[in-house]
Amino acid sequence: MSLRIPCPHCGMRRVEEYAYGEVFDVPDSVTGGDAVAFDRAFMHNNAEGPVREAWFHLYGCRRWVYVDRDTRTDEVL
Amino acid sequence: MNEFIEAKVALSWAEMKAAYDVVIIGGGGHGLATAYYLATRHGITNVAVLERKYIGGGNSGRNTTVIRANYGIPEAVQFYKHSVDLYRDLERETDRWIMHDQKGILWAVHTHAGVRQEKSRAIINQEFGYHTEFLEPNEIKKLVPQIDLNAGEGRFPILGASYSPDASTARHDRVIWALAEGAMRAGVDVLQRTEVTGLVKDGNAIVGVETNRGTISAPIVMSAVGGHVTNIANMAGLRLPIRSHPLQAFVTNHYAQGFDRIVASLDLGFYISQTARGEMLAGAHIDPQPSYSYRSGEHFLTSLAHKVVTLLPFMRDLRVLRQWTGICDMSPDYSPIMGTTDVDGFVVSTGWGTWGFKAIPAGGEAMAELIATGKTPQLIAPFGLDRFARDRTLADRSSSGTH
Repeated sequence: MSLRIPCPHCGMRRVEEYAYGEVFDVPDSVTGGDAVAFDRAFMHNNAEGPVREAWFHLYGCRRWVYVDRDTRTDEVL
Repeated sequence: MNEFIEAKVALSWAEMKAAYDVVIIGGGGHGLATAYYLATRHGITNVAVLERKYIGGGNSGRNTTVIRANYGIPEAVQFYKHSVDLYRDLERETDRWIMHDQKGILWAVHTHAGVRQEKSRAIINQEFGYHTEFLEPNEIKKLVPQIDLNAGEGRFPILGASYSPDASTARHDRVIWALAEGAMRAGVDVLQRTEVTGLVKDGNAIVGVETNRGTISAPIVMSAVGGHVTNIANMAGLRLPIRSHPLQAFVTNHYAQGFDRIVASLDLGFYISQTARGEMLAGAHIDPQPSYSYRSGEHFLTSLAHKVVTLLPFMRDLRVLRQWTGICDMSPDYSPIMGTTDVDGFVVSTGWGTWGFKAIPAGGEAMAELIATGKTPQLIAPFGLDRFARDRTLADRSSSGTH
């Protein structure tokens, strides 16, 4: 079964309607302007477990939706 | 691996020792190739390859086995060209039949921008030693009679293609077994069902690994992990520029006619070849979200089925038999990451995204040389982890075939 994402405006919709948007999460251990900018540009937490992320409902209401998803199972929490 | 095959291939499973000269995490193609070349080219045999499940059970067994070097930047063309050459010689070198089959790959384009891109690809490939030429539609039809030049009733007309006659496929399991057998015969220990749970550090140096079966000390630890490399890097205290995405593929039932080439459409976004069993094997692009889930999606099955039927109308009479998913470590510039890290004794071979299988021999050979000599070989020097901080990224997105 495909990933489905709940949109607060349109209801449960298939993943093809959305564009993925990462929520950048630079850890506190990274300090300094250049280091933070570099981390934001290239590094990823790539967490195995629950993550908070944004999806743009491109082929729907064209609004951003924030979702908690478990990357081990692709279940929306 | 079943008992019949195990009897044919002389794999010998060793007991775990408390210390090794080199520990390689990940018993896939890159890990086993590194161990193989360490033992056969450099005489370093006190090596352990740690595999969480069974060898070749990760991305090495979850790909579409295309071996090609039609990349878009000089560094990549030279590196993958070397891998294509090593693959061609691998049967003779390991004395095992890996079902290496030279087919030639056709990258079809449907737009004028695509024509320009593939013409420039052919020029760059020729310049750096890999044979690629640009073909006109009538030449494409001769190579692949099944192709619809007016695909999608004219929505995806085939305007040309770049063609690399040296591209080939090989049986993924046999590649893994040939390398594992060769490494074992030379004295390497391959340890299955051995999961790394932590890395032991002394100051800024790696001194060993913790596993579910006990601790192993080693002055050099290499991560050849696919899919879960972020976890291993975190154990070493490293952050990586990697996001892991699922990539799905399927095979259909048997197609009775010959389909000799590998065909890809960059604009539709899929690639297809025929396996030795006659199945049509097709893959598309990665899923948009980072994930570690092997779950199949109907969005993948329906969209890929639509794409292959558009270009190859005969596919509508076939049925999808099975699907699989690999977890691909995508780097920001779509090029691999090989070399040393800021942690002493910890080397990585990662960022293999959707292009790792073709690079198994060249990647393994280069990493073995790096470990044995302590110097980064010229061939992989541009692919270091520090290239992002140095602003020397190797952007080659259009050559991945999965975008």
